[in-house]
Amino acid sequence: MTPELKGFLLLAVLKMLVVFTVVLVGVAMLTLMERKVSAWMQNRRGPNRVGWAGLLQPAADGVKNIVKEETFPAEANTVLFILAPAMMFIPALCLAAVIPWAAPLPVNFDWNLPLIGYVSHHGPMSMAVADLPIGFLFVLAVSSLSVYGIAIAGWSSNSKYSLLGGLRSSAQMISYEVAMGMSLVPVLLLTGNSTFTEVIRAQQQGIWFSASLTLSFFVFLVAGLAETNRLPFDLPEAESELIAGYHTEYSAMKFSLFMIGEYANMITVSAMLATLFFGGWDLPGRWDEGGTGLATLLTGVAMFLKTFFFLFFFMWIRWSLPRFRYDQLMALGWKFLIPLALTYILVVCVAVWGIENVAGITSPKVRGLILFGLNVVACYVVFFILDRGRLLSGSYRRQAPAGVRG
Amino acid sequence: MAEIVFYLLAVAAVGSAVLCISQKNPIPSALWLVSTMFALAGIYVLLNAQFIAAMQVLVYAGAVMVLFLFVIMLLNLGRDDQTDIKKGPVVLVAVLLGAGIVAALIATRDTSVAGLAARLGGSNPAASPLDLMGGGEVQSVAAFNNAIGSIAKPMFQTYLVPFELTSVLLLAAAVGAVVLAKRKL
Repeated sequence: MTPELKGFLLLAVLKMLVVFTVVLVGVAMLTLMERKVSAWMQNRRGPNRVGWAGLLQPAADGVKNIVKEETFPAEANTVLFILAPAMMFIPALCLAAVIPWAAPLPVNFDWNLPLIGYVSHHGPMSMAVADLPIGFLFVLAVSSLSVYGIAIAGWSSNSKYSLLGGLRSSAQMISYEVAMGMSLVPVLLLTGNSTFTEVIRAQQQGIWFSASLTLSFFVFLVAGLAETNRLPFDLPEAESELIAGYHTEYSAMKFSLFMIGEYANMITVSAMLATLFFGGWDLPGRWDEGGTGLATLLTGVAMFLKTFFFLFFFMWIRWSLPRFRYDQLMALGWKFLIPLALTYILVVCVAVWGIENVAGITSPKVRGLILFGLNVVACYVVFFILDRGRLLSGSYRRQAPAGVRG
Repeated sequence: MAEIVFYLLAVAAVGSAVLCISQKNPIPSALWLVSTMFALAGIYVLLNAQFIAAMQVLVYAGAVMVLFLFVIMLLNLGRDDQTDIKKGPVVLVAVLLGAGIVAALIATRDTSVAGLAARLGGSNPAASPLDLMGGGEVQSVAAFNNAIGSIAKPMFQTYLVPFELTSVLLLAAAVGAVVLAKRKL
């Protein structure tokens, strides 16, 4: 092996260790944050006994879950029952590897290390563990696998509630995956590439995609909420109907793995939202391109704040909105989000073609601003004229008996 | 190194495929099929076809097999493991067909990359992803930047008409399924 390859592998291993440690600790802190946010929104204190202001609560929960007795339901399929939490947990953790967490860091070294030998690395180091050429397609592909964990958990538990939860989750995730994929096609149209690096660069040159592709952002946000099974889309574990849905029969650490998977998925979706629609680690102004350690640090903080905002937003939604009814969930996915995403692809296609070929504008900034103007109109049309303030007009009509609404 | 990864993936793909068809219970069988598809996606990555690998996982492992699983779970509730595979002449035909495929594979095998590239008409075989790692990942990403374009160009320019005909065929199948499923439209 050449010293360059060794240096690359060494950095890759270091990045893996750092990213997975940060994600796992972050997940632990998120469980605390969820309880604190819910307490704050319900005007109570939340966990405040273990450690300073309850900061050690996740550690206490972890110890409790590890030493707790494991239970197995009678006549369950034991192999799949044990495998299911891992099938949810592993894809969720893999996804943190492809997100660029900060601007590339210049790393230059030539060392002679014991055991490894000569290692060297010159030039900028991407702050993603793996900057894949397929970028966000990898995220879509791997996140579509986490449904197996839920479906298999539901089936192998040999319990009606679990099975219903598993079936609901497979139907829900398949439905919303379509809308999610469609909402990313306009991003692809403006970027011409699916790598996260290129998506961020396109937003640095133009304007952030949340302004130039607002409706895509909206569809992705809703579909992301549904894909993570968070309220108001937590039909797979609706406690008022299904006890705890797919993880009714799980206890101890196996139950904990489902929770870790859910929170890790939340981190991924939040980071995707920040990267695809809010410029990723991009900061306003040109000074973050200097390729210095300070720029990497500051862009890392920017990325953290953007991701953190969406994590908070998800909790905010969870403790504010009630759960959908199942037919409302399906109506929202198939009758509203998918047609909206499809129409929006057409609109953006025509707009980009017109801007480039008819008007002859090549500057990405001007193109972004024109698209922003178009989006203001489109949002007004969709939310105030077509929908009249009711997102679920389709199911709303079906819910009311004939003749009640004049 | 790439060869070791290839053989690991190949063994995983073939082993999972064998387990898929030898299981009695349909749910583990479907899961082994997912495992086969996953291993195939890994082989696509080794061939520098990352986009096809992502599509393999996204469409087949992520969507089609989930639907399969969904249907099996709904239909297979509370029924014991049953098999309707008949013994006798069917086994003989299956063995003969399998032997034919193995014979064909052995007859056309050529393990050298150059020989395979010559047969496919290409002059320079694609470099292994591991070869590109030495120069730093930034360069390797630049080399792969055209991952989607190289698929899109033949599909939407050279073979546009067959592609559109296929999608019309799929649309007809979808409409047909709706017509069959709905009693009154």
